Amino acid sequence: MLIEKLKQRFGADVLAAEEAHGQENIVLSRERAPEILKALRDEPAFDFNMLTDLTAVDWPDRKPRFDIVYVLSSLKLRHRLCVKVQVSGDDAWVSSAIGLWKSADWLERECYDMFGIEFRDHGDLRRILMYDSFEGHPLRKDYPYQQRQPIVPEIDPVVNPLRPSR
Amino acid sequence: MEIQMGPSHPASHGTIKFNLKLDGERIVDCDVEVGYLHRAFEKMCEQGTWTQCFPYTDRLNYASPCINNVGFALAVEKLLEIEVPERCKFLRTIMSEVSRITDHLTCLGMAASEVGATTVAFYMLEARELLYDLVEAVTGARLTVSWCRLGGVAHDFPDDIKDRVAHAFEMLDAVLADCDKLLSRNRVFIDRMSGIGILSPEDAVSYGLTGPLLRATGVSYDVRKAYPYLVYDRFDFEVPVGEKGDNYDRFNMRFQEMHQSRRIIEQAMAALPEGPISITDPHVVLPPKHRVYNSIEGLMNHFKLIMEGIKVPPGDVYHAVEGANGELGFYVVSDGSGRPYRVRVRPPCFLGMSALNKMLIGRMIPDIITTFGMINMIGGECDR
Repeated sequence: MLIEKLKQRFGADVLAAEEAHGQENIVLSRERAPEILKALRDEPAFDFNMLTDLTAVDWPDRKPRFDIVYVLSSLKLRHRLCVKVQVSGDDAWVSSAIGLWKSADWLERECYDMFGIEFRDHGDLRRILMYDSFEGHPLRKDYPYQQRQPIVPEIDPVVNPLRPSR
Repeated sequence: MEIQMGPSHPASHGTIKFNLKLDGERIVDCDVEVGYLHRAFEKMCEQGTWTQCFPYTDRLNYASPCINNVGFALAVEKLLEIEVPERCKFLRTIMSEVSRITDHLTCLGMAASEVGATTVAFYMLEARELLYDLVEAVTGARLTVSWCRLGGVAHDFPDDIKDRVAHAFEMLDAVLADCDKLLSRNRVFIDRMSGIGILSPEDAVSYGLTGPLLRATGVSYDVRKAYPYLVYDRFDFEVPVGEKGDNYDRFNMRFQEMHQSRRIIEQAMAALPEGPISITDPHVVLPPKHRVYNSIEGLMNHFKLIMEGIKVPPGDVYHAVEGANGELGFYVVSDGSGRPYRVRVRPPCFLGMSALNKMLIGRMIPDIITTFGMINMIGGECDR
């Protein structure tokens, strides 16, 4: 059972673990997450070689406010794991997973764009779906869906510089 | 030279901006800008009830709408812990495969027309028309189907479905045979596609690619085989796998997948059971109209389900189906009220676009057209 193996290997680092609706979920702390995600990718018992999805859920009435959800898949062992890291609203950052999986590049950019969560050491964290001068983070629960935005002055697209090379 | 291949370009299929840094005609760097079709799918799903999300899901990958419907329905049904009747599973499987064929016909037809093979484009669109006629006969619409419901589907097959399918397949077979003869050993086509846009299997997995893009590199991963859902485990079909990971392999993946989808539909139509197309649980499914109009309980049931929504128990789940572009995942979070708390779509072509930079460095401008065409970015799915 995946949950047992995880609890055995990582012990107290796994803050919560449960299986619900046929899916294994664990909760990690922000500090230990980078190391544990690396172990989940590299160790042959887990072998999570694909970061299938990275998203966030906003619980404004709960402390900590944000649930950052990593959905990991192992293509060879055919199992999936849902890893959650909880961060508070006024201190919303986690370490970037871009060193582990390249899919984290765009997925983290989208999470930053929609929720305002900072992914440290990403290297190129800018908006991806919204335009650059958009104000606010739309998927937060305190952003009303009918919110209007200020008129954007016209910019010269040729002057738009490429992002710095990594 | 820095130039942008702007959001509306006659040769690119979809609204995408490429900020190119060029050295002559060679691409030194390519920054891909998406988001031109962002319509706030995830935010709008939170504003209505669970059933009101189905029209939004139609408009995700609009070339294969039934697959999006089915994916969302399966994810929420996991939270509801209900299982749909047998006939419904077969219906969903058959329509998903029909949608997969229409998506591949659109992608390959458009990609062929972009390199100049206009005949192939028209042939494939003709076959697609017959398949859209089939979809319209079943669901009532070609694209905005809104066919699935939580606990079942909205409409059953019409009585002449076998004739319609046979008619559509007659045209499909002829088209696939013709297009194979026109393209597969065509010198010009092979020169444009072969050896271009190569991605190694390790890179493909790291970038999170799935579907034809991943299988073209040699990794055999198909959600229908890895985590079987509906009735796919009862049918005999192969998952084509490529060798080099170039555009020609990606073309072949989609071409072969159409043959395999046709096999699945034939087997499913032969084994189609009779029975209800929807469960009858009053907490989830609307009562039949004669009960709504003739009894107070039916009226109340209908009223509560429409006004307050289906009360999905609190929890969260990630469920993936095999979309035409790869693993289409839905991560749904419910807080127990009748409205979704969070609906997240894991878009396969979004990650495909993130790998486009890697595929294009060192190549030339015309290669952008073929590589981008083979990724099959559908704006509705990439930007939501």
